[in-house]
Amino acid sequence: MAARVLACASCHGAQGEGTSDVYFPRLAGKPAGYLYNQLVAFRDGRRKYPPMNYLLEFLPDEYLKKMAEYFASLRPPFPETAIPTVSDAILARGESIVKHGDTQRGIPPCASCHGPSFGGMEPAIPGLLGLRASYISAQLGGWRYGTRTAAAPDCMQIVASLLTEDDVKAVAAYLSSRPAPADPSFAPQGSLPMPLACGSEPR
Amino acid sequence: MLRLATKLNLLLALCFAGMTAASAQQNPPANAELLKRGEYLARAGDCIACHTAPEGKTFAGGLPMKTPFGTLFTSNITPDPQTGIGTWTSDQFYRMMHDGRFPDGGLVYPAMPFGSYTKVTREDSDAIFAFLRSVPPVKQANKPHELTFPFNNRSLILGWRTLFFNEGEFKPDPTKSAEWNRGAYLVEGLGHCGMCHTAINALGGSSESQAFEGGLIPMQYWYAPSLTSNKEAGLGEWSIQEIVDYLRTGVSARGAVYGPMAEVVYNSLQYLNDEDIRAMAVYLKGLAQGSSPDKPPPAIPSAESSLLLSLGKQIYDRDCASCHGATGLGMPPHYPPLAGNQSIQMSSAVNAIRMVLNGGYPPGTAGNPMPYGMPPFAQRLSDDEVAAVVTYIRTSWGNRGGPVAARQANELRTATLK
Repeated sequence: MAARVLACASCHGAQGEGTSDVYFPRLAGKPAGYLYNQLVAFRDGRRKYPPMNYLLEFLPDEYLKKMAEYFASLRPPFPETAIPTVSDAILARGESIVKHGDTQRGIPPCASCHGPSFGGMEPAIPGLLGLRASYISAQLGGWRYGTRTAAAPDCMQIVASLLTEDDVKAVAAYLSSRPAPADPSFAPQGSLPMPLACGSEPR
Repeated sequence: MLRLATKLNLLLALCFAGMTAASAQQNPPANAELLKRGEYLARAGDCIACHTAPEGKTFAGGLPMKTPFGTLFTSNITPDPQTGIGTWTSDQFYRMMHDGRFPDGGLVYPAMPFGSYTKVTREDSDAIFAFLRSVPPVKQANKPHELTFPFNNRSLILGWRTLFFNEGEFKPDPTKSAEWNRGAYLVEGLGHCGMCHTAINALGGSSESQAFEGGLIPMQYWYAPSLTSNKEAGLGEWSIQEIVDYLRTGVSARGAVYGPMAEVVYNSLQYLNDEDIRAMAVYLKGLAQGSSPDKPPPAIPSAESSLLLSLGKQIYDRDCASCHGATGLGMPPHYPPLAGNQSIQMSSAVNAIRMVLNGGYPPGTAGNPMPYGMPPFAQRLSDDEVAAVVTYIRTSWGNRGGPVAARQANELRTATLK
C-alpha cells in the first residue's frame, strides 16, 4: 500500500506525518471514516483544492476506503511542538475555548467531540494534534465562510460560524502548541458526549 | 363519501391506464435484453460523464462545460416528463442523436457530439433510448446556458453545421474485416474519440480531413495526441494486447492513461466487452500511418542546454528514478517507461510538463482497481527545475523530443485542474 500512495507522500510525508509545508495536514492516525469522507469530498469536488481534486477524480470508493484505512493505521512520531508566536493571553483564551467552550455564546468545547486529549473519535471525527496553526485556522476559516462543508447537519459549520477571527487565531495557536499525546489513538465510537448532531458521525 | 373516493380512484386508475396505453404505443415496452444492450451502448457513448454533475443524480445533467464561447450546462436525460426526456419518442431521440435537433426542431449545441453520434444505427439509438427511459426519473430543470454574445444566438449553429457537420450513419468498408468495421463504428460513432483527437479550430469545429490528427483541447490545456501519427499516440507499433490493456484497464506496458483520457476509461471503456475493445484496438492500430519515428538527431548541446540537462539529470535522479528507473525503463505497467514513450516526445510538451506539475492517478478500473499514483511536483520544483527535468526526459535514452522553456512550465501552472 505504501507504494500505491507514494503520490500522497510529497505533501503529506511517507507515513502521512505531514511535511514542512504548514498547510499540508498530518493524515496518520486520524480515524479512517474521517479520512474516507475527505477523500470522497475531494474526489467529488465538495472540498476544493485543485491538486487533490485532480489526483482523486477517477478513483473508486473501495480504493479510497483502503487508502483511508492505511493512513488511519499509521503512527509515525509527531512533529516537534510549535513554539507559539502569540501572547500568553491569547494562548489562555484558546485553551479556554478548546477545553470549556463559551457557554454564553453557545460554543461547545472542542474536547466534547474531539476528545479530552484531542485524538478524535471513530468513525469520522479527526484528531487535532500534529497540525500547524496555519492549517487549523485555514480550515476553521473555510467552515466559517462556507468554502468547506460536510454532510448535513454540518456541525463544524455551526460551531465555526460562532467563532470570531480572534477566537480562530487563539484556538489554532493553542492546539498547535500541544505536545504529542501519550496515547495517539482515537476514541471508540459513541464514547464522547457530542453536544450537537453531525451528519458525518452517526450516533 | 367512501363511494365517491372509490369512484375517483377508479377514474384516476383509468386515466393512468389510458396514459400507459398511449405511451406504450409510442414507445413499445422494453425487454430486459434490450435494456441491457442499451445500458452497454450508453456506456460506450459515455453519456454519464457529461450528463451527471458532481454529487448530482445520475443522468440529471447540470454539469457545467466551459467552452471558449461561454459555459454550457448539460441537460437532464432521465425520463422525467417535465424536466427530462420523458415525453420524447424514439423517433425524436434518434433525430437528436443523428441530426442534432430537439423534438421542436431546435438546434443542439455541438458540445453534444452528434457529429459522431450521427454514425450510430437506428437500432442502437433505440436501445439507448429504451435504457434511458428505464432509469429513475429526476425532476431537475435544465440550467440555462451562459454564452457570450454572439454565441448565445442559436441560429449560428446553422453556419457551424454547414461547415463541420456531415449527417449519416456509419457505412462499413467491405474491403475490411468485420472486426475492423466494428472498431471503426465504435471509435467514430459512440466513442466520439474525434471530439478530442481531432484539432478544434477557432470556430469550435473540426475538419474531417484532419480526423484523429490530434490537437490541444480548448479550456482543458491537455494535448490530445494524433492517433494517425506514430510520432504521437499512433498505435501502429503497439501490440493489440497493449492497446487492449491501455483502453480497458488504464495501464499497459507502454504507458498509462492520464488527463481527460482517464475519464474516458473510468466512465466508459472499462465496461466494454473483450470483442469490442479488441475491435477498437484493431481499428486504432490500423489508423496509424507512416513510418516509425525518426532517429534522434545527434545532439550537440550548447553550453546553455548542457547546463539545463545536467540540472535535469540531477532532479531526475533525485525525484523520478526510484520509480521510472535510472535509464527511463520504468516498471510497467504501474511505473510507465519514459524511454521510447511517445507521449513524452510529441512536438507539444504540454502533457509531459503537466504530468510533472500535477502528477496523477490512472483511473481505478475493474482490471486495475488500486492504481499506483505519481505525486505532483508543482509545489516542490521551480519553473526552471520543471523545464530542466522535462527537457532531460524528452531528450535522453534515445527520446527525440525538443527542449522546454521555463516560461512554458510557468504558463501551465495555472492551467485548470478541474
